[in-house]
Amino acid sequence: MKKMKMSRALRSNLIGYSFIGIWIIGFAIFMLYPFVSSLIYSMSKVTILGSGIDVQFHGFTNFKQIFEIEEGFTFIEALIDFLKEIVFQVPIIIVFSVLIAVLLNRNIKGRGFFRSIFFLPVIISSGPVINELITQGAGGANIFESYGFINIIENTLAPGLAEPIINLFSEIIIIFWFSGVQILIFLAGLQKVDRQIYEAATVDGAGPWESFWKITLPSLSSLVFVNIIYTIVLLATFSENKVIAQIRQNMFNINTGYGMASAMAWVYFIIVMILIGVVALIFLPKQRVAKEVKR
Amino acid sequence: MSKSLKKKLYRFVYGTQGTDSPLSRIVIYILLIAIGFLYVYPMLYMISSSLKSQSDIINPMVNWIPTKLYFGNYERAFKVLRYFPTLGKSLVITLIPALLQTMVTSVIGYGFAKFEFKFKKVWLVLVLLTFVIPVQVYMIPRYVMFFKFDLLESPWAIILPALLGQGVNSAIFVLIFYQFFRMIPYSINEAAEIDGAGPYYIFFKMGIPLAVPAFITSFLFGLVWYWNETYVTSLFLGSAYPNLQLRLANFVSEYSQMYTEELLRINEGVRLAATLLIILPMLIVYFTIQRWFVEGVEKTGITGE
Repeated sequence: MKKMKMSRALRSNLIGYSFIGIWIIGFAIFMLYPFVSSLIYSMSKVTILGSGIDVQFHGFTNFKQIFEIEEGFTFIEALIDFLKEIVFQVPIIIVFSVLIAVLLNRNIKGRGFFRSIFFLPVIISSGPVINELITQGAGGANIFESYGFINIIENTLAPGLAEPIINLFSEIIIIFWFSGVQILIFLAGLQKVDRQIYEAATVDGAGPWESFWKITLPSLSSLVFVNIIYTIVLLATFSENKVIAQIRQNMFNINTGYGMASAMAWVYFIIVMILIGVVALIFLPKQRVAKEVKR
Repeated sequence: MSKSLKKKLYRFVYGTQGTDSPLSRIVIYILLIAIGFLYVYPMLYMISSSLKSQSDIINPMVNWIPTKLYFGNYERAFKVLRYFPTLGKSLVITLIPALLQTMVTSVIGYGFAKFEFKFKKVWLVLVLLTFVIPVQVYMIPRYVMFFKFDLLESPWAIILPALLGQGVNSAIFVLIFYQFFRMIPYSINEAAEIDGAGPYYIFFKMGIPLAVPAFITSFLFGLVWYWNETYVTSLFLGSAYPNLQLRLANFVSEYSQMYTEELLRINEGVRLAATLLIILPMLIVYFTIQRWFVEGVEKTGITGE
């Protein structure tokens, strides 16, 4: 009897691994091995020979050099710009997609039509396409300019305040264009909220404003977390992102090469991880509390 | 003011119990239309400019509607992009990886959803991590690896990772299938097992047919993400295997090599015509089967707890 049970557990293990085995093989070849090699490269001098590559360990020299050479300075500059952008854009994208999801969740005509418009950018926004749109002035700058919007802001606000707002508007469409998937995720979450809760709240005298803060938003909190992470990853890997462009350029730069490029990639990786970690620290404890309350 | 008018006004602003008031409806529509316009503005701008001749583009009087429809931009963009041969190349590194990735991740997702095995949680966490780690970290060694095996500049550099569940956003698809198969009750599996069906038989005969919506959604998202991926593609394939996106990125220089006449100098009309040609295939896919994109996110339970 005991033997039967043992073999059953073994069988279940074997079957399970036969399904996910292909992922583990892929993970080992295309993730784990490159990940470790990348760490080694980042601490080595990597030279390309005709037959292959030569890797010579030299400790943290690459990392130190990021702060010493010209290429390193441009990289750090790009990194700081990227961080500023993330801190600025992620909240806008999240708030905006919640807003659109809430609007689309109302019982209105043409819901499907609007939903497909808001998702459309996901289908077409590749690096080169967005690049063309911005350089050809279809990115939104001229829409606000031609309707006098920019002038109004310039005339009414202090220059220190007006400038970031104008910059924001010149790229606003691009920011909006990054929120397609997030809108759908929020929308799917909203549709799971029981309508009766809202009705009960209305009977108890809660207005739409209160309902939004006390029912809608709490029910989305776990999705807010998911969407923040998604947005960070999306922005961090977008092909027109200057940091990752730098990393690629330095791969083929004689002064820097694979070793330096790997070191930069690791600096970038660690910073993105810290960002995600901070977001997790802010959101995960809250969710645990929310779960406790539900019980 | 009569009482009934007051009442009507009240209803207009606050609505009757349980429904949106007419006023809030109007506000919602205005907001949606205004933001919707912002969204499609680049598209409209693109279409309008791409149909303008050089003189229309310079003419400040011509705003949205060209004086006459001019297809010369498309003609030249078509030639510079070498559209059909390049489209073929694009499809090879879009359709094949998307298809393979969907099939492989469905198997993996099913494994995670339906079986208990050691270190399952560890593997699941690793799947999640592969999504968060930026591709830049592991791309250089991958590049070296493909170089060693002589796979650079060949579609295999894109196809192989997809085949082993490590393609573009593969982790998301594993999670989609994991969530989806978890929603199917265990009793179905148990009943089939009692009837003597093996696990693989159950997967093929019951799992796959039940998961058709997840398959379609995953395939479509894979298609779109592979189509729009340019960073890794351009690194691994380079100029030896240019797809449409790379041709667009190099459009200006290739154009000026092909058309040297002053009269046909590059302008925004040609560039936007080229851009439109790049997104056209995906637009066609989207507008013919768009419900699978937007409803797919809800149906596949990606937002599940």
